[in-house]
Amino acid sequence: MKAKIIITPKKAVVDPQGKTVQGALAQMGYSGIGAVHVGKYLEIELAVADKETARKQIDEACHRILSNPVIEDYRFEIE
Amino acid sequence: MNFAVLQFPASNCDQDAVHVLRNVLGHSARLLWHKEHSLGDADAVIIPGGFSFGDYLRTGAIARFSPVMEAVQTFAGNGGLVLGICNGFQILCEAGMLPGALIRNRSLQFRCEQIFLKTITTDSPFSNQIPKDKLLRVPIAHGEGCYFADEQTLRQLRDGNQILWRYVNAQGEPTESANPNGSLDNIAGICNQARNVAGLMPHPERASEAILGSADGRLIFESLVHALQNRKGLLVEPEPAVLAA
Repeated sequence: MKAKIIITPKKAVVDPQGKTVQGALAQMGYSGIGAVHVGKYLEIELAVADKETARKQIDEACHRILSNPVIEDYRFEIE
Repeated sequence: MNFAVLQFPASNCDQDAVHVLRNVLGHSARLLWHKEHSLGDADAVIIPGGFSFGDYLRTGAIARFSPVMEAVQTFAGNGGLVLGICNGFQILCEAGMLPGALIRNRSLQFRCEQIFLKTITTDSPFSNQIPKDKLLRVPIAHGEGCYFADEQTLRQLRDGNQILWRYVNAQGEPTESANPNGSLDNIAGICNQARNVAGLMPHPERASEAILGSADGRLIFESLVHALQNRKGLLVEPEPAVLAA
């Protein structure tokens, strides 16, 4: 099994990276570019019995270490 | 006094902190590897600057799970004094020992320069020896020092007198241009509610001797020593009765 995790900055947190990328895209001539948010993507290989166990484990890990709940949101899929 | 200065893989201000405590202030200071489970006879803990674990994932995110941090949590829970400098501040926030978080500087630049700090309150073990109106001239060196906390947390920090230092200009005003990283409220350093755990992004250990251009940072370490001496009853304070007479 594999966990695919996406971590993004919370809406209330300023995201200077996103703003800089947005500016660069606009400067390159791409039209209709709205807000950009730069986050993180993690893939974790798992050797556990079932999806439910995997989900529980990954959710806890996301909360404890992989993301910081003060500044980030996370979502994930188990495949 | 006995200071424990923590050492994580890629700590890089650990020796500077030990130098100031030992050679400038004349106290006992020893390095403590992050895999240790005990703080021994430490009277206070310094979590130094650096890039612990390469700043991978987030600054301080991995260091805060090192075995020594469990001992630090217990120590702080019992009222022990803990000061986090730069990466140490980031580690304390990640550990939940201080509120809020430190994120990428708004400018996206790594800022390495001298700044002015205004002490907001001298009512803490980390600021009690700082003259009220004195601005501290100390350096910063960080890419992720933008202090962030939600509205409610910020309000608690203000109401609880937990903001210890703000970035200011030479006139002592907390202007936007004096803010090197975009920190909310120009916050440079805070303490917890119990006032025994503090963190700041600037480096007092790099400004504790005149030869380095400023000795202002020394006041922060002297405050710590003063607080510890007070706790141990080593200070000779005039008796209230004598004062009354």
